[in-house]
Amino acid sequence: MVNYIWLFMILSGVVAGAMQGELDLVTMAALKGAKEGVAVCIGLISILVFWLGMMRIAEDAGLLKKLARLLDPFVRFLFPGVPKGHPAMGYILSNMSANLFGLGNAATPMGLKAMEELQKLNPDPKKATPAMCTLLAINTSSLTLIPTTIIGMRMEHGSVNPTDIIGTTIFATVCSTLVAILLDRWFRRRFEASTGSDAK
Amino acid sequence: MLEIVSQISQWMIPAILAFIPLYAATRRVPVYESFIDGAKEGFPTAIQIIPHLVGMMVAVSIFRETGALQFYLGLFKPFLSMVHFPEEVFPLGLMRPITGAGALAYVESIFRTYGPDSFLGRLAGTMQGSTDTTLYVLTVYFGAVGIRRSRYALKVGLLADFAGLIASWLIVSLLFGT
Repeated sequence: MVNYIWLFMILSGVVAGAMQGELDLVTMAALKGAKEGVAVCIGLISILVFWLGMMRIAEDAGLLKKLARLLDPFVRFLFPGVPKGHPAMGYILSNMSANLFGLGNAATPMGLKAMEELQKLNPDPKKATPAMCTLLAINTSSLTLIPTTIIGMRMEHGSVNPTDIIGTTIFATVCSTLVAILLDRWFRRRFEASTGSDAK
Repeated sequence: MLEIVSQISQWMIPAILAFIPLYAATRRVPVYESFIDGAKEGFPTAIQIIPHLVGMMVAVSIFRETGALQFYLGLFKPFLSMVHFPEEVFPLGLMRPITGAGALAYVESIFRTYGPDSFLGRLAGTMQGSTDTTLYVLTVYFGAVGIRRSRYALKVGLLADFAGLIASWLIVSLLFGT
């Protein structure tokens, strides 16, 4: 599906550029996009280096295992394929709590670390496992308590009560996360039914 | 309640930064060496993501800058007026899963034109705050570990975004609608 969307975006962009007789727009946009992509990754370096360092301390101290054990029944429900006490669980939980408390830039390193741990359980490293899809579903729908960026923007634009969207945002984010988890379940069942059941 | 929440988020990171090393030290973990060991992985991970992110951003940029995105938005217009979905905010719904920066810029323009406290401003804010950029998250998370086949993950992400859009619209209409 990613392949089709990718192809679709590029082709419709080229067609749109050609129809307006401004094909140089396409070239410029492509180079701009490439530049942005690299810039985002460079920006990620500092965050990744810093948080992965902190998280290693937490892992070495046994904190992540503790966290995983504490919330085990909950994660077990979401990630039935991951063995008990696996380090992935600790990272998954850290990732979820970082999202919840609006620490967006801490969530990414922890999520990536969780992916890496899940990858170790993956029989086919090029294909996503159901557990990876679940982790992704939780992150794309991003369960959050305080939408910090939006509140800041509303403040800048002179809102009388910049935080009055917190309630509506929580409602919407809970809805989208629930739908994500349910759909993930549903697709996983279908997927497992079609391939045999021991995929993790 | 709100006060408490914003206090918590302010204290969170400093508290984590103090707690983790302190706790580790009592467990006789060499904290600084541990930090360096973990931090080493940061750079290669970021570099690993570059091809994935460049590929995705190029496509998104071409799609957006050439006006192709605008064209598809136009196609949806008649349908939107049929279900009474506010036309002004719809581009945000389509942009949100594709481009985080683009969506944020669009929210900014809604705030500027209609004000952050208007119905449209609140709806845009709620939509922006309630989900993440699905395509970006998928690219970064799967890219970092070299996953090529994402199976049903994108489908789930996009459908959840759609659910978030509908939920935002319903709740904002209910609480702040005229």
